[in-house]
Amino acid sequence: MDAEAAKLFGAGLAAIGLGLAALGVGNVFGQFLSAALRNPSAADSQQGRLFIGFAAAELLGLLAFVIAMILLFVA
Amino acid sequence: MAAEAGKIDPMHQFLVEPLFGRHLMLGGYDVSFTNSALFMVLTLGALWLFMLGGMRRELVPGRWQAAVEGFTGFIGNMLQANIGPEGRKFTPYVFSLFMFILIANLMGMIPIGVVPGLHAFTVTSHITVTGLLAILSFSIVLIVGFSRHGFHFFSLFVPHGTPVVMIPLMFVIELLSFLVRPFSLGLRLFVAMTAGHILLKVLAGFVVNGLNAGPGIAAIVSIPSFILMIGITLLELLVCAIQAYVFALLTSLYLNDAVNLH
Repeated sequence: MDAEAAKLFGAGLAAIGLGLAALGVGNVFGQFLSAALRNPSAADSQQGRLFIGFAAAELLGLLAFVIAMILLFVA
Repeated sequence: MAAEAGKIDPMHQFLVEPLFGRHLMLGGYDVSFTNSALFMVLTLGALWLFMLGGMRRELVPGRWQAAVEGFTGFIGNMLQANIGPEGRKFTPYVFSLFMFILIANLMGMIPIGVVPGLHAFTVTSHITVTGLLAILSFSIVLIVGFSRHGFHFFSLFVPHGTPVVMIPLMFVIELLSFLVRPFSLGLRLFVAMTAGHILLKVLAGFVVNGLNAGPGIAAIVSIPSFILMIGITLLELLVCAIQAYVFALLTSLYLNDAVNLH
């Protein structure tokens, strides 16, 4: 396999990591929603922590996107 | 990856180029006024106008003043909730940071691409800009931490109640996760903006290529892609606001670590 084809293949594999990021972010918001529907009065006070959790989960997934971009455009 | 006929080039929109096509060289350095600089000036102008309109200090605020007070109160409350009573001191910096990132993100979504030859440039889609903002936040955290606590600042890396045997390992792990903070801060904003705009450009390429391929393919390809573009543009507007909020929120959390050590 020549180098250019291998890079494109690697970028495609790195995109699988983004699907996992979707699972992670959906988990964060889903747990928040199910808990907020049990205790609605406490939901607004935890909104900050919701976004912190979202940012952390999204970042780790976006690192996979960075790998894909490096393979496509830098290396 | 150069663009041939029919090939979608999603990266050209991020190119930083001088405004009128001519580079201005001064002593071997390129100091031309680029599209990036233009959009930063526009962001500054929009923010300045917004604040000027809200500073009339009426006792019963009108709508513009209420909007400005809404933003300043929002940031002030966030700082007070995360840092405590001393948090309000950091409002000028965190407010400027939040408003600059928010307005810069939104400026990149403005559809001036309908005018042939022009396109909106997202200032925060470059790691140079977001990395610098992250380094700025991190430096302020370090300066505040060391000026308040001196070398006692390093006690931040040894959590309460760790067994003495584990202290060296915990210190190294905590130190590494602390040093990753500026990278993650800058990278998060950069990748969120870049990924959104690449997605929009690829979908726009589908619309154009579908239209060029004849009416049958246009109905199957272009119309769903265009509807998807509308939905993703709404999502991107939300992501612009969320990423600005997350940057400011994490900055205030890191400041909390520096101000109140544990």
